[in-house]
Amino acid sequence: MYAKSRQISHHHNDDKIFSSCALFGMINLTGVRFTSREPLRAISSMRERGNGLGGGFAIYGIYPDLKDLYAFHAMYMNLKSKERAEKILMRDFRILLSEEIPTKGSNKLPNPPIFWRYFLEPEPSKIKDEYVDSDEYVVKRVRKINIGVKGAYIISSGKNMGVFKGIGFPEDIADFFYLDEYEGYMWVCHARFPTNTPGWWGGAHPFNILDWSVAHNGELSSYGVNRRYLEMQGYKCTMWTDTEVLAYAFDLLARRHRIPIKLIAKILAPPYWEEIDSMEIKERLMFTALRKVYGSLMMNGPFSIIVAHHGEMIGLTDRKKLRPLTAGIKGDFLYISSEEAAIRLISPKLDKIIRPSGGEMIIGRIKSPQSLEVPPLIRREHI
Amino acid sequence: MRTYLLPEYIVERDDLKCTRCKICIEQCTYGVHYYNAAKNIIESRSERCVNCLRCVLFCPVNAITVRRNLNAYRENYHWTYEFIASIKRQAELGSALLSGMGCDRPYLTFWDKLLLNACQVTNPPIDPIREPIEIRTYLGRKPKILEFKTGDGDIELETKIAPDLCAETPILFAAMSYGAVNLNVHEALARAAVECGTYFNCGEGGLHPNLYKYSEHIIVQVASGRFGVDLKYLNAGAAIEIKIGQGAKPGIGGHLPGEKVSKDIAAVRMIPAGTDALSPAPHHDIYSIEDLRQLIYALKEATEYTKPVAVKIAAVHNSAAIASGIARAGADIIVLDGVRGATGAAPKIIRDNVGIPIELAIASVDQRLREEGIRNEVSLIASGGIRNSADVVKAIALGADAVYIGTAALIAMGCTLCQRCYTGKCSWGIATTDPEISKRLNPEDAYKRVVNLVRAWNIEIKEMLGAMGMDSIESLRGNREQLRGVGLTDRELKILGVKMAGE
Repeated sequence: MYAKSRQISHHHNDDKIFSSCALFGMINLTGVRFTSREPLRAISSMRERGNGLGGGFAIYGIYPDLKDLYAFHAMYMNLKSKERAEKILMRDFRILLSEEIPTKGSNKLPNPPIFWRYFLEPEPSKIKDEYVDSDEYVVKRVRKINIGVKGAYIISSGKNMGVFKGIGFPEDIADFFYLDEYEGYMWVCHARFPTNTPGWWGGAHPFNILDWSVAHNGELSSYGVNRRYLEMQGYKCTMWTDTEVLAYAFDLLARRHRIPIKLIAKILAPPYWEEIDSMEIKERLMFTALRKVYGSLMMNGPFSIIVAHHGEMIGLTDRKKLRPLTAGIKGDFLYISSEEAAIRLISPKLDKIIRPSGGEMIIGRIKSPQSLEVPPLIRREHI
Repeated sequence: MRTYLLPEYIVERDDLKCTRCKICIEQCTYGVHYYNAAKNIIESRSERCVNCLRCVLFCPVNAITVRRNLNAYRENYHWTYEFIASIKRQAELGSALLSGMGCDRPYLTFWDKLLLNACQVTNPPIDPIREPIEIRTYLGRKPKILEFKTGDGDIELETKIAPDLCAETPILFAAMSYGAVNLNVHEALARAAVECGTYFNCGEGGLHPNLYKYSEHIIVQVASGRFGVDLKYLNAGAAIEIKIGQGAKPGIGGHLPGEKVSKDIAAVRMIPAGTDALSPAPHHDIYSIEDLRQLIYALKEATEYTKPVAVKIAAVHNSAAIASGIARAGADIIVLDGVRGATGAAPKIIRDNVGIPIELAIASVDQRLREEGIRNEVSLIASGGIRNSADVVKAIALGADAVYIGTAALIAMGCTLCQRCYTGKCSWGIATTDPEISKRLNPEDAYKRVVNLVRAWNIEIKEMLGAMGMDSIESLRGNREQLRGVGLTDRELKILGVKMAGE
């Protein structure tokens, strides 16, 4: 016998959940924080795209007073799972604040799980023994809880940001979590239309790991291979969604392999061989290598995504653009949305509207939050 | 000794139609038909007929029918015709029975128990006539990770990719040696490989000087006999394949009888004409995995690390562990040849009883390499009994990068699977080196048929990919979500890593 070092999904029960969705993202490129009013109006306007079986928000810049600590948002299906997860948290982290996330009882959202948040840092003595950086340390624990503790899910684990999500229309979710009391400089919103009913709380978007969040609309035919590739790299997919696969792909490529962000777009939605073959030699070799080495991470099938991490919001569609995505700029704001109408609703007079073609990435980036001197950087990436 | 064997086939002739043109006599290489001048009729010695159907197809008036002999032994579930006839033949010959082509026993063919997926509603199928669907396949070693240098907005690739093969289709032509088949077959396959943008494996018998001009599309093979191997040969190929074993005869060497070793074949194989060409069962410099590593690197050294090196093994019980060892020994490509893999000559008992189905071998090798985290660093070619484009798609979904086809390419040229390749009398001019019979295979015609076959399969592969909502073959590789099993046991589904239809 040999020792298995990885769990590669292999048989019977690796089902996945299909869904279709609405996306809306909004970032202030100078880092000024704003309330839920506009993003919520925009995402709610695309009601046709959701069916009330999933809504969620990733908000960046919400915990400025505790911005150096990891903010864990945990979702517990029962008290027992909370107990078991907290045992791991208390052992491996120094927890500086632990509190229930304020929620509102509502008839619209029956049987919600328990939501808790923790502000914490890795236990110094333990991290020293492991020879890993704190991000890797955190990812390991999040994975351990999400896989190993039944009914416990760390739904966000970045610093100075948080994910709020559940079963319901986005406006119900916002109401449930009192989101009108939070402010952030970037909001990524999602409304879900899962084709298998009923959806479950953990399956709602955005999906998050560290400060990377992904909201996604689409269905990947390549899910089977994307997932098996990521499992080979040590990830374990627990949520059965394409979105989770996308989040791990970003984590692997951006954080662990340090691939430049605009090349990540070319891995997920690569140019056709015909285009690559007609490139200059250096580019041709680079793009050929990307497809050879990371071909298993090509996201094949219709998708549009908004990916966010601190200071950056990215919009991308599949290379055939089988799902809609539009971006708009007004002053210091960049909007990325499934529908132009949602942008126009909150900002009727845009400076610029961008309709990216398939596989073309929209990046909105701020150099340093709260700093007005730095000019905002908005690019359409053409390679 | 008088034979007690029943004729397997009966040749019938419609004498009213027969014009006595004698084409059947000319065409039959087994001496079945002869002209009886006294009666002015053509008669047949049915006991010699192998059912190759050459005479049937070439009779200008369709006067000939070959059918199974209706005389049979008393019905017996246990002692079938096959077993009784084999015993009688061995009782007369006192030797192991030879056979050609692949195992024909009724073991389960898993391809027929696997069904493919298609998109409905939640994502759109893609129409290959209107949208590009890509089936280009790179074969060779890949790094785990790519590293880039980022300057001021400029991104440069720092990682160097090892030399590899670029095939415009996931279909390659399997190894068939010069000697087992003739030069016309080699030429047809080499030209087809060029035209299809794929590769032709020249097998273990060396490469004829006339074919060096196609070398960019040729994989040269190094087997235990080392026939025709010199520096020029190694450098001629786009890749080198070390043949450890073959699906039709795992653990068995090769034997090309002296009668087939003509002057030309002798020269290419670098042996004296008329002598038997014997490939030992093992490579006598490879008795362990570390020895294999030495040969891999000896070949890489000899070719200055300009070509990928493949290692071909027969699919056997512990293929997964062996494949993992091969990957770690430095091979860039692993070739798995399943129990249905064909041959020019093999002991029938071995062909029919040794090895495992390729479907299970692909599944377990791919799974093991993934569990060990090295699947993406090597390429996997599946071979042995690939019958149509759906088999190709299913093989890739199970985890192969590409497939080799051998039998299918020969069938395209004319082969009718009569399984008498070892006699050297192939009436279709394929598995023969007889200069007269070889002429029957026109390389121009044969190459066109093979090209057409690959073109047709490419179209079908794109149709299937498009239906599954994929526009590139790399999204299919190892994507077992796209497969469902029917009529398989839980255990079989588990090994294949595939869900039951309806799940």
